Amino acid sequence: MAVEASLPSGGPPPPAPRNIFDEQRRNRRDTWLLIAAFVALLAFIGFGFDLFIFNAAGVTRAGGVPLPVPIAATFAALFGLGSAWLGYRFGDRAVLASSFARPLSADDASPDVKRLLNVVEEMAIAAGVPKPRVYLIDEPDPNAFATGRDPEHASIAVTTGLLLAMNRDELQGVIAHEMSHVRNFDIRKMTLVAALLGAVLLLSDWATRVRLGIPTSRDRERSGGGGPVMIVLLVVWLLTVLLTPLIGRLLATGVSRRREYLADASGAELTRNPLGLASALRKLDAATAPTARIYRGTAHLCIADPLGQTANHRQGWLGDLFATHPPIADRIARLEAMAYRRSA
Amino acid sequence: MSGILALLVIAVLIGVAIALYNSLVSLRNQVGSAWAQIDVQLKRRHDLIPNLVSAVQGYMQHEREVLDRITTARSRALSATGAGAVGEAEGALTQAVGGLIAVMERYPDLKANQNVLALQEELVTTENRVGFARQLYNDLVARYNTRQQTFPANLMAGTLGFRPAEFFQVDAGDRELPRVDLSAR
Repeated sequence: MAVEASLPSGGPPPPAPRNIFDEQRRNRRDTWLLIAAFVALLAFIGFGFDLFIFNAAGVTRAGGVPLPVPIAATFAALFGLGSAWLGYRFGDRAVLASSFARPLSADDASPDVKRLLNVVEEMAIAAGVPKPRVYLIDEPDPNAFATGRDPEHASIAVTTGLLLAMNRDELQGVIAHEMSHVRNFDIRKMTLVAALLGAVLLLSDWATRVRLGIPTSRDRERSGGGGPVMIVLLVVWLLTVLLTPLIGRLLATGVSRRREYLADASGAELTRNPLGLASALRKLDAATAPTARIYRGTAHLCIADPLGQTANHRQGWLGDLFATHPPIADRIARLEAMAYRRSA
Repeated sequence: MSGILALLVIAVLIGVAIALYNSLVSLRNQVGSAWAQIDVQLKRRHDLIPNLVSAVQGYMQHEREVLDRITTARSRALSATGAGAVGEAEGALTQAVGGLIAVMERYPDLKANQNVLALQEELVTTENRVGFARQLYNDLVARYNTRQQTFPANLMAGTLGFRPAEFFQVDAGDRELPRVDLSAR
């Protein structure tokens, strides 16, 4: 096990420092928008249930009077609020548990772990945030992610494969990247996306099991007739139910891709050594195996796509649409450009 | 009508002034806590060095002067007073420790020794912590001072008692510190 010295130089700050506070504000706002959109979506799906299924099935109060409140819509909106709150509060634990991460403490004597804990401490100092909790995932494929709701409640998890593959500079680059996610509240937004995505998938699973009560002419007579407006509403609702999982995935990928470039850049700002992360990304790229222990729904949290090499190389419009991560070659090129600017 | 307009303008100006004032206070507090962090890390280094030196002494009989330089630099740093002197003494200590890390590279059999490797990791992280604490502090000082000196904060910063903060100085030798690569991978 070799140790590599990388003493931070007291050199000049990097060019054009971005405003970290703008990033934080933006992420806070996005989080609220996300919750609002999620609750509205669920309420709409529930509303459709009231209209097309309960009504059509003739679920009424005694005497044939229609239900006074849209029961399904209310229930769905409450479910949405509840799962958003749970995701906000406990999403990090769910993500960590789903990837079988175990917490590390300073008592762990292994040199690799000691080095990891040191590097995390260093990067927390550089970023000016409290030291996050550190987790290890027993998994040969190198990967890492950060989760939590704010810098005071943050966790960083790495795989054992990452510890073995990276030298100190590279590890520092990876941890700096994760620390940037922590510092600018990416973790809050991304963890919530993971939790809500999980809820949406669960719900759409239920929804597709329900026998759809497509209103027949007899039903329409009973519910007082709907006309073309009802038909259009039904089509829109069906489309929403069917497309929701897809929309959720697209949202998760869209939200995370741009953040990766940003975390690369501000990570390099922390270490003042863009080449460390660039070299780490090259190693991550070369590790072709998928990260088995990282669940698909949390892919957008990771530093490299856990699906493996093919996912990191997808390019073009369609590839872009579904990739949670930008192509690694592009990320490396940007980091090397930063290094070139700095030495120029 | 013009009275209302004047009131509106005054209200906006007061709002801007309050926001500026608050951002200056927030920056000043951040600079203060970053300075405290440097202090914590420097103290940690001072406490560690005697142990580190005595641990490697046995292996490095021929490198007495490297170790002596660390010990002297440490005691000078401990007794230094005033921002400038502290900065200079700590800079010399950083250089001395960097020298030790470089020298350890010359002993291949040292690198096979687990204790020495653990020690080396300890040295590297100690220096990194000091360095990154200093980096954060200096970045924050730069931002704080720039905010004070640029329009419109420059109109009120001085009157309200905001003064430019001092950078944590490093001497020229420290800045030139070579990047030491002990990687065997």
